[in-house]
Parts: sequence; C-alpha cells; structure tokens
Amino acid sequence: MVQLTLPKNSRMTEGKVWPKPDGHDGKPATNLKEYRIYRWSPDDGANPRIDTYFVDLDDCGPMILDGLIWIKSKIDPTLTFRRSCREGICGSCAMNIDGTNTLACTTGMDAVDGAIKIYPLPHMPVVKDLVPDLTRFYAQHASIEPWLKTDTAAPEKEWRQSHEDRLKLDGLYECILCACCSTSCPSYWWNGDRYLGPAVLLQAYRWLIDSRDEHTGERLDQLEDPFRLYRCHTIMNCSKACPKGLNPAKAIAEIKQMMVARQF
Amino acid sequence: MHSKSSLRTPLARVRGLGSAKSGTGHFWKQRLSALALVPLSIAFIWLVAQLAGADHGQAVAIISSPLTGILLLLFLLSGLVHMRIGMQVVIEDYVHQEGAKVLCLMANTFFTIAVGFACVYAVLKISFGM
Repeated sequence: MVQLTLPKNSRMTEGKVWPKPDGHDGKPATNLKEYRIYRWSPDDGANPRIDTYFVDLDDCGPMILDGLIWIKSKIDPTLTFRRSCREGICGSCAMNIDGTNTLACTTGMDAVDGAIKIYPLPHMPVVKDLVPDLTRFYAQHASIEPWLKTDTAAPEKEWRQSHEDRLKLDGLYECILCACCSTSCPSYWWNGDRYLGPAVLLQAYRWLIDSRDEHTGERLDQLEDPFRLYRCHTIMNCSKACPKGLNPAKAIAEIKQMMVARQF
Repeated sequence: MHSKSSLRTPLARVRGLGSAKSGTGHFWKQRLSALALVPLSIAFIWLVAQLAGADHGQAVAIISSPLTGILLLLFLLSGLVHMRIGMQVVIEDYVHQEGAKVLCLMANTFFTIAVGFACVYAVLKISFGM
C-alpha cells in the first residue's frame, strides 16, 4: 500500500537553536527573522531535525535565498542547499517554503508571517538537508525525448514556423524544470516511478504542439498509458505551485484531448 | 520486476516495460458514463421518491412499467461502468504490491459483474412479472 506515515528513520526531531547574531555595532541584532530548516545528513545515521536560525535583516537581502546564503556564510557553513542564478531562471533553489513548493530566490521573506519553515521538495529522496535527489525526474524528462524530431531533410537555414504557431509555445517554453509542480502532486508522490508528473508532461506537450515536429503520433503513443499520463487526476496542485505562473494541468488536459481526438 | 538495488540506469527504470498504449478508452468511458449519470441519477432519485411509502403492489406496478424498467437498466449500466473504472483508478493509485493489485482488480471486476447481474435480474423479474 501507499505509505502515508513517515518511516521511523525519517521522523523529524527538534534540532539546534542557533544563537541570535550580533549587529554591526557589536550589540545583539534586533531586526531578526526566524528560519526553521530541515537538516539531514547521510553521514551520521541520525533522524532529520529542525534547526532554528535567526537572520539579521539589517545585514541581509530581502529574499528567502538571501537569508539561506547569509546563514551559510555567517552562522552554519554545513547548511546544504542548491542555488545558482538567484533570479528564478535556473530552478536550483526549489524547496518547500512555508508549506508551498517554490523558489527561494523569488520569494520574499516578507511573504511569510512568523518563522520561515523550509523543507526539501516533498517525497523525493534527500541527498542532504535541502537537496533532493532529482535523478529520476531528469530521466523522466529525457524519456519524452525533449528535442525536435523530424524525418524531412533538414532545410538549408532553419525550420520555419508561423507567428501563430510560435505563440502556441508561450506558457510552455518558460518551464525551468525546478520540479516544484511534480513534487507537489499527490499522484506523483504515490506513483512517481511510473507517472511522468506535471513538469515532464508539460514538456511533452511543448513538443507535441510544436508545429515543426514530425513525430507527434509517436510521442502520443509513448504517453498513452494508464500510469505515464492517466495518473493525472486534475488535482491542480501543479498549477498552484508553479513559481513561473505556468499551467501544467492545462497542458496535461490538452494532451488528453489529443488522445481522444485521434480516436474519432 | 527489478530490485531497488538493481544497477539499471535511471532511463531504463523510467522507460520500464514501455507504454501500455491504452488508457484513453477508460478515460473516455469514465466521462461518457458520468455525463449519462447526470439525467439518469435525477430520474433514479425521482423514482425512489415515487416509491416512498408505496406498498408492495404499488411498487411492483411502478417498476414493471417499461419506461421505468429501461430507465433502471440504463442507470445500472452507466453506474456500474463508472463504478468499476473509478474503483480501478483508486486501486492502481494506492495498491502498489503487484500480487495484491491484480487480486484487487479481479475482485473489482467480479464484484461489478455480480452486483450488476443481480440488479438486472431483479429489475427484469419485476418487469416481466415472473
């Protein structure tokens, strides 16, 4: 059966409360924001714990990621998380913040009342602290063959596309594969080994709807499966979670519509 | 199929046994039966309201009319199709152990057919006054 409770070695414990920092003037800082962060290391055999940190807002940028970087450089260098572009285009800093999967770099600290609770993306194996193992997610993306597939001899210059057809890719090409949507989907939690999940299905639709692609039928064949596609039960968490404001649920509905359209 | 410690590549695991190339039939039937159930359920509730307080003779008279009989059979057909597919989805979602899953899916089919035949038998028996 599906696992509804955490296994024994995954149950959370209360961790360390790190001391409040001093301000520039050497006196205790007063403008503080509390962070409560999931910590787990594969090396010590201990259960995951929640550590509490205090960030000096007078010494730190406004975004949640700024706070994490501040903690790592000023308080606890062992805190582990992924980050790169700090402007919502790389998707590295996707994590569960205040109960919602989103990007730490584009979420302001002021968006959260009280302590900021941060966990890794849900229901993925954890590598360390806030770093989830996305190996399977990337393999699923590879499995839909996310590139232009053609049989006609390649044109001398480029594959041409009408303006109208190009517009169909809007709302799809912007996906940064941060995995916020897929890891917010209960269907993906329970059946992520066979269900492709919203991010990968949105990517699949991006190639299905591309007017230049000549393998639409084969792509649909590969998706037509009770698990790969039809585990989507229109729960809509994906569209709610997407930090880029995209609508994976709509893309999946469009794929289902294509499946029906080729039956009649 | 393969243990978790198997050294298969992530892509091989994801591709698994390949696409079943099915599922659209169920997807379509689920929606078609749902649509059919909208008027049929209203009619069924109306029928139950008619039967409220009726004695045995009156009840038999109402159900044995051809229109009521056909309506009940249509309601049963749509309801059972919808029920079986819906339950199958729940089983596939939550029962992950292969053996238990196959047993549940079989039980689901048997239950639907048994309940369906019993209901149809009852409706026809009353309709034809046997």
